[in-house]
Amino acid sequence: MFENAYELIVYIMTALGIYDSIFRVFEVLGIEYVLRIIIVFVEIVVLFAFALVTIMFLTWMERKVVAMVQARYGPMVTGPRGLLQPVMDGVKLIGKEDIIPDKADRWVFTLAPFIIFIPALLVFIPLPFGDSLVISNFKIGLLYIIAVSAISPIAILLAGWASNNKYSLMGAMRAVAQDISYTIPLALAAIAIVMFTGSLSMVDIVTAQGGTWFGVIPKWFIFLQPLGFILFLIASIAEMGRIPFDFQESESELVAGFFTEYSGMKFAMFFLAEYAHLFAVSGIVVTLFLGGWNGPAVPFIPVQITSLVYFLIKTYAVIFFAMWLRDTVPRMRIDQLLGLGWKVMVPVALLNLLVTGLLVTAGVI
Amino acid sequence: METDELILNMGPVHPSTHGVLRFRLRMDGEIIKNCEIVMGYLHRGTEKLGEMKTYLQFIPYTDRLDYISAMPNNYAYVKAVEELAGIEVPQRAEYIRVMIMELNRIVNHIVSIGSLLMDLGAATMIMWGFRERETALQLFEQLCGARMTFNYIKPGGVREDLPEGFIPKLREWMKDMEKRLVDYEQLINDNEIFHMRMKDIGTISAQEAINYGLTGPSLRGSGVDYDMRKIEPYSIYPDIDFKACTRPEGDSYARYIVRIDEIKESLQILRQVIDSMPEGKIVSNAKYGIAPMTGSPSSVMTYFPRIFTPHAGEVYSRIEAPKGELGFYIVSDGTTKPYRVKIRSPSFCNLTAIPKMVQGLRIPDLIAAFGTIDVVLGDVDR
Repeated sequence: MFENAYELIVYIMTALGIYDSIFRVFEVLGIEYVLRIIIVFVEIVVLFAFALVTIMFLTWMERKVVAMVQARYGPMVTGPRGLLQPVMDGVKLIGKEDIIPDKADRWVFTLAPFIIFIPALLVFIPLPFGDSLVISNFKIGLLYIIAVSAISPIAILLAGWASNNKYSLMGAMRAVAQDISYTIPLALAAIAIVMFTGSLSMVDIVTAQGGTWFGVIPKWFIFLQPLGFILFLIASIAEMGRIPFDFQESESELVAGFFTEYSGMKFAMFFLAEYAHLFAVSGIVVTLFLGGWNGPAVPFIPVQITSLVYFLIKTYAVIFFAMWLRDTVPRMRIDQLLGLGWKVMVPVALLNLLVTGLLVTAGVI
Repeated sequence: METDELILNMGPVHPSTHGVLRFRLRMDGEIIKNCEIVMGYLHRGTEKLGEMKTYLQFIPYTDRLDYISAMPNNYAYVKAVEELAGIEVPQRAEYIRVMIMELNRIVNHIVSIGSLLMDLGAATMIMWGFRERETALQLFEQLCGARMTFNYIKPGGVREDLPEGFIPKLREWMKDMEKRLVDYEQLINDNEIFHMRMKDIGTISAQEAINYGLTGPSLRGSGVDYDMRKIEPYSIYPDIDFKACTRPEGDSYARYIVRIDEIKESLQILRQVIDSMPEGKIVSNAKYGIAPMTGSPSSVMTYFPRIFTPHAGEVYSRIEAPKGELGFYIVSDGTTKPYRVKIRSPSFCNLTAIPKMVQGLRIPDLIAAFGTIDVVLGDVDR
């Protein structure tokens, strides 16, 4: 209906009858662009606030899911069913001493947590949370997401190198090797989707998945690309660095991997970035393969709201899967993971691409 | 480009060294060129303490050797003392001893498998294991008031008789355990990643295992049918129908499977022991002679001296503890205290095989192989 959230905000303000008068004030002063900037700023604040609350909720959810699987209760004391635990964790971490090791490279050591946190949030910008609920619908949205996610291994390498700790360095080296080898099958699996849509825009990809076949099966790409979905899911769990692929941390081998030396708020930044990544990647999986925000329309409720709910339900389902997986399987070994990536997933992804290309060219799908 | 060897001191403070153990690794990237074990961080001079205490006073110290399975430690020492002083033990006491030791063996193997899986990154198993272990520890607590350091078995018998309702509770626990064992195997055994991590990792051949003095499940994982309960049967084991579990492969996976099988065998033994538990005394009340008793015996206890002097001589007595062969060598000079106590602890001997096992493997393999050896640092350093 609308191109992006900016137009939605303008529409809502117009409907409330306040947009015109506000706009006139800025027009008289000759600074209409300031109004634009203010609206965009509001969008970004809302997005980041949403992302931070989600991240905090995810830390709680992770503990609860793990506790459920392991026959425990998890956090119960702080707030109803421990819901305020993330807040208390934040307070605790802020109160902790911020240690920078003597032999560490101070500047890089301090910079790394910020460098890892920013791309994790930038990924949200072209991601459609619902109908019209997208900050900016670039034409190259998918490419942008893959490119921005590729910044995080640099931050991990910086953190590992600057810590001047053997475990940190090993964790960082593993993380970089892993990210490089898994971005390729990830991108190859995503390209197969682009073949259907002919567009890299995330909004176009979601729109292409609207409707149903025979009135029953939703037109999600998972049904056209089952192999691609499995490849993408495995690769994105590897990208997120979660068990069974959490080599950058692997606490039983490398103590805490690349953030062994970090404490206090810097540690919290890595922690938050990890969960931001989890949410973002799950959102991308949903957008590419599970129909994004598509779902049956509900009468009397604006589509913006229902679509947001559908998107969140699907995203949390994927997140739950990732958490469930973490509790079930052991960690692989780094060389086995790289072997899986290069020897199995890249060839299979290429084959998948070839078959998809042939079918699309022949006009079968 | 110039490359250099990396020396990594893994431990003594590290999440998966199971305590205060240090590996000094010479590494080429992630590959272990040489592994050196540095131990002794938990040395408490237990053997020397044995010379300072009377025979009965030393029993609590044996609890602190392998604190995961303290009951066999108690028994191993008490068995040596009984052989030294020629003390007879009533049949019921022997049955209780075997029952409680097998229960402790199961507890030990649950903890061992749980921490192995945790080292591999799957934390669920240890939580599930601790759920069953908790019930078992409550049984121990009912029996002797302690959950981990029991001080329960003493020369001539055991300290207390079975409390009321103990056997039904134990049966319930066993039934529960059988169901849980199926859960464990579903969670772990057919997991592809678990196979990838465990198969052909930390392999040691039968001959090498013998040369390194491996015992217990770690040795039986290499296909050597060597179980002290079969080779040198003690207590009531000759009357019990069970088999020593072996696997021929000698890798980490085989050692894991041996432990799972041993849990099943122990349940089997428990069942037989409970079914044929005789009535009678729990402590021998023959006069052994020896130094006059000091203090008065507690009302529930039958008479047995707190201080006694075996004849001068020496004895080496060994049992199959959950981790391997546990032996006590005691020399008596005819006084109330031993002249020398030497402990042959399974963890210490098994640990020495690690450098051989992990040569040329990676750090994650070291963790996996180390987890299957199942050491407790209190037992290594003594």
